[in-house]
Amino acid sequence: MKLSEIKDLLQAEILCGKNLSVDIKFACGSDLMSDVLASCKEKAALLTGLTNAQVIRTAEMIDISAIIFVRGKRPSKEVVEMALEKGIPVLLTKLPMYEAAGILYTNGLKGTSEVDDD
Amino acid sequence: MNKNFLLKMSFDIEGNNFNAAGAASSEIKRKLKQIGLNSDVVRRAAVSAYEAEMNIVIHAYKGVLTVTVSPGEINILAEDEGPGIADIELAMKEGYSTASDDVREMGFGAGMGLPNMKKCSDKFEIKTELGVGTKVSMTIYY
Ligand SMILES: Nc1ncnc2c1ncn2[C@@H]1O[C@H](COP(=O)(O)OP(=O)(O)OP(=O)(O)O)[C@@H](O)[C@H]1O
Ligand SMILES: [Mg+2]
Repeated sequence: MKLSEIKDLLQAEILCGKNLSVDIKFACGSDLMSDVLASCKEKAALLTGLTNAQVIRTAEMIDISAIIFVRGKRPSKEVVEMALEKGIPVLLTKLPMYEAAGILYTNGLKGTSEVDDD
Repeated sequence: MNKNFLLKMSFDIEGNNFNAAGAASSEIKRKLKQIGLNSDVVRRAAVSAYEAEMNIVIHAYKGVLTVTVSPGEINILAEDEGPGIADIELAMKEGYSTASDDVREMGFGAGMGLPNMKKCSDKFEIKTELGVGTKVSMTIYY
């Protein structure tokens, strides 16, 4: 699924990132970064309600393709700048986590556990 | 450890400093990528380093994170001055965490760090002394 499609489905605002044609293979969602580090795969989109710098660090470590902040929680300018610097696109949706995840899932974006390891 | 290392870097990690947390691992990841290691190896090393760095920030007073790349292997050593771990077997269990609510609000304290560090590395050793500190050594072969 293209990032542009995710943006439309979630009626999201783009906080940084110009290339919305990147292909997102699957997604994961959590507010606990160690969960993300243990279960998310590269090229996944990360949905989270946490908005601090550790989200960007976590995304950087496991090569997350895009970060989607949920329930309208806006990260600080510093956090967005950090993502920009790392080349990670960032979206913001007003939808809560459950609904955002549900919409993406019913539109065909799989979870990371449903994808075979290479 | 092989003395013919290709790359060695050390970082001082400050306990409780969440602003700086992750900066060392970010630099480690950048360097490992730069020397051309494959992306799976880089990723496993980066996750191991980051979880170790966060454990120092969250649970210890201060520490040093050292990464040594030798032909065929990467070693990540996290040594800290801190409270130590009373029961290592328990600490290694997925979901076990003594992290405070404050730490959980910052996105840590799932109790997944140590088990994931073990999963990401080919060799995992942990030594700890109560009231003194903890030493975690992880080796990844490439
Ligand atoms: N360096 C350390 N010094 C003292 N105690 C530690 C250290 N590392 C881990 N521990 C203890 O072991 C427990 C489990 O560690 P682990 O990294 O698995 O989980 P966590 O740090 O609590 O949460 P998470 O890593 O998921 O954010 C910790 O809650 C803490 O009690
Ligand atoms: Mg931890």
